Amino acid sequence: SFTKQRALDMHNPVTISKKACFVLQAEVFPYPEIGNDEVEEIKQLVAPVEKFFSDDVDSAKIDREATIPLETLQGLKDLGLFGIMIPEEYGGLGLSHTIYARLNEIIALDGSIAVTLAAHQAIGLKGILIAGNEAQKKKYLPKLASGEHIAAFCLTEPGSGSDAASIQTRATLSEDGKHYLINGSKIWISNGGMADIMTVFARTEVEVDGVKKDKISAFIVERAFGGIASGKPEDKLGIRGSNTCELSFDNVPVPVENVIGEIGGGFKIAMNILNSGRFSMGSSCAGMIKKLIELTSEYAATRKQFNKSLSEFGMIQEKFAMMALNAFVMESMAYLTAGMMDRPGVPDCSLEAAMVKVFSSEGGWICVSEALQVLGGLGYTKNYPFERFVRDCRILPIFEGTNEILRMYITLTGMQYAGKILTGKIKEMKKGNIGLAIGMVSKKLRTSLGASVDLGLTGKDGVVHPSLEDSAKKLEQNVSLFGSTVESLLYRYGKTIVDEQLVLKRVADVLIHMYAMTAVLSRASRSISIGLRNHDHEVLLANTFCNDAFFKNNYWMVQLQKHSPENNDANIKKIAKQVLENRAYICSHPLERTY
Amino acid sequence: MSGRVLVGVKRVIDYAVKIRVKPDNTGVVTDGVKHSMNPFCEIAVEEAVKLKEKKLIKEVVAVSCGPQQSQETIRTALAMGADRGIHVDVSGKDYENLGPLQVSKILAALAKQEDAQLILLGKQAIDDDCNQTGQMTAALLDWPQGTFASEVSLEGDKINLVREIDGGLEHIKINTPAVITADLRLNTPRYATLPNIMKAKKKKIVTVKPADLGVDVTSRLEVLKVEEPPQRQAGRV
Repeated sequence: SFTKQRALDMHNPVTISKKACFVLQAEVFPYPEIGNDEVEEIKQLVAPVEKFFSDDVDSAKIDREATIPLETLQGLKDLGLFGIMIPEEYGGLGLSHTIYARLNEIIALDGSIAVTLAAHQAIGLKGILIAGNEAQKKKYLPKLASGEHIAAFCLTEPGSGSDAASIQTRATLSEDGKHYLINGSKIWISNGGMADIMTVFARTEVEVDGVKKDKISAFIVERAFGGIASGKPEDKLGIRGSNTCELSFDNVPVPVENVIGEIGGGFKIAMNILNSGRFSMGSSCAGMIKKLIELTSEYAATRKQFNKSLSEFGMIQEKFAMMALNAFVMESMAYLTAGMMDRPGVPDCSLEAAMVKVFSSEGGWICVSEALQVLGGLGYTKNYPFERFVRDCRILPIFEGTNEILRMYITLTGMQYAGKILTGKIKEMKKGNIGLAIGMVSKKLRTSLGASVDLGLTGKDGVVHPSLEDSAKKLEQNVSLFGSTVESLLYRYGKTIVDEQLVLKRVADVLIHMYAMTAVLSRASRSISIGLRNHDHEVLLANTFCNDAFFKNNYWMVQLQKHSPENNDANIKKIAKQVLENRAYICSHPLERTY
Repeated sequence: MSGRVLVGVKRVIDYAVKIRVKPDNTGVVTDGVKHSMNPFCEIAVEEAVKLKEKKLIKEVVAVSCGPQQSQETIRTALAMGADRGIHVDVSGKDYENLGPLQVSKILAALAKQEDAQLILLGKQAIDDDCNQTGQMTAALLDWPQGTFASEVSLEGDKINLVREIDGGLEHIKINTPAVITADLRLNTPRYATLPNIMKAKKKKIVTVKPADLGVDVTSRLEVLKVEEPPQRQAGRV
């Protein structure tokens, strides 16, 4: 694997996946733990980074001038923040996903810096790290680790955003077979204006079984190769200090040694890169929300209206509870996912990472907005940082995979397992005895999806602490209902389910909330067992969240039942169709007359 | 001349934390509260590392007296450039009652043991504001002292010092070995960068007990009560 991972201390992990939650990884209990040494190390590493961000980062100035000052950038390089996960042998810090997530809690305090660093190391150079050969790593990683070279990830094009497989940039092999010539243009490239090393994705002609095909390949491209032009920096709503621009490639010569992985294997590499970068959004958002809670509560405690401080009013209190709950869930999910990713054997956590991203980006957006609301008019001015946090957060549901696309990914991956079981049985159905076939399918799915409602969470040998038992039971109920819901959906729609976005959206939301419930139960159980300070508060947060998620999940699943009166989808689609056909709101004005 | 400098570093409650008095008024709340290296100690470490970088001294040894957690503070000094650390293990009641007199005895003993040419300390700690350890250490060793230093330069076996005093600046020249305490404007401490923190893991920290150095840490002082300052009344404009 590409990083030197530390072995984690796991005691008798409980396997949930086989019994019921077919989409969740094994070993979500106990909550991942790191050794004492690593805890000490994290404290050491966090201290100078926190100090730097509080003393030497002027976020207001970065936002105002839409640029990160060179001294600040140099400070970040000196701290070692450009090569957090690059192995030590190549000049990086060689730190784990867990520590990377922890550092991102602090880095996220400035959105522009966070995106600049993430574009560089979470995606820009990741391709070399996970799919590059030894020669490429030796050649490029050291300068990227020190920050002497900055990296960028070049996939998106004017005509290809979410539909990444449709990119048109082309790489043609030269006559002498020693170079590829890249032609095309890319947009929305973070660090595009200052990157020295770019991971560029382009179509290449490959021969598969004698047939010529057009497949995407990944290339390490140096600006020094010539032929690359950067457009002017985009004028953005938020993360204004992060450089975003167009890049055009005009016969850029790239040596064949710079192909990453196999020719034609670029799309898979792109997806792996993007999947591996997502998990840290959970800790980034949690870090930001925790900071906002401090800033906002200061105000709420001192500002008085009607002779009471704001913190005494219910609707204000609700906002703080919501921020605390969100931070708690995001932390729990992020570090659960990071802990799983750090386990030796490099398991594929792309599904979990996607769920963390969707939850955190949307939760973060709501929380910054509510934090601004507490400050009222003051929050709306540039004298306070809240409006900048709001603007910086708006990008989160958009980049790194739009939340719409990720929901599709979450659902379809999640349903793959269930689908496999059904496929076999569909053949039976075609033969004849439909009733019997359905019965067999139901039974099989129900058993394998834990209709007996026992995930091993509760009871004598349960892994969840008794004070969380009710919440664990609610999770079990959700899982069980989910199993039969999915079964009936697959039966109802078959393969056409991929086009039913409104259905899939709800399935994804249930999955995300079930993962979130699992994460908080796992974390809170550990906190109680080892007696962490304020674990009672954690139990309160966990139970509150699970209660809320339980009802939400049930509602969504009720809406997914056949002919559910709670489901407005058919009408929603009708409305949308009429509006979109006319490209306008079509009602007659209420003041119009016909007589 | 050994070319060895001893730097004292103290683990204190972080300057940004809002201090709260314990309900039983015996002290302040330290449990779960953020701690870091005393800012004046940071300046002392920075000065020592600078001297080493200028090749005027050969080795920087960071010393801290306190419980297990004091090792974190030593690690920070190592990450800033100190070569090795000595942790003098004092915990529990002994630690609560640890003050400048005992610490200066410990530092004096270590200075002799390590054959130190120079002792660099912060002028005072931000938790107790005693401003005594440097002075007492020099007295115990019968060494010259340069306190409140805002400029330090080595000249052969002598030290030129500028001291910040109430009336302005005082220029003195003292012999070595000596004790210097750092004031705010002596330098701007460097960040312990993450790569240096990783490298510092390989540097050694040795743990000793006060008894090993022949020092009795029993306190001559007893804290009777700790209370918050009176609430400030609103002013009138």
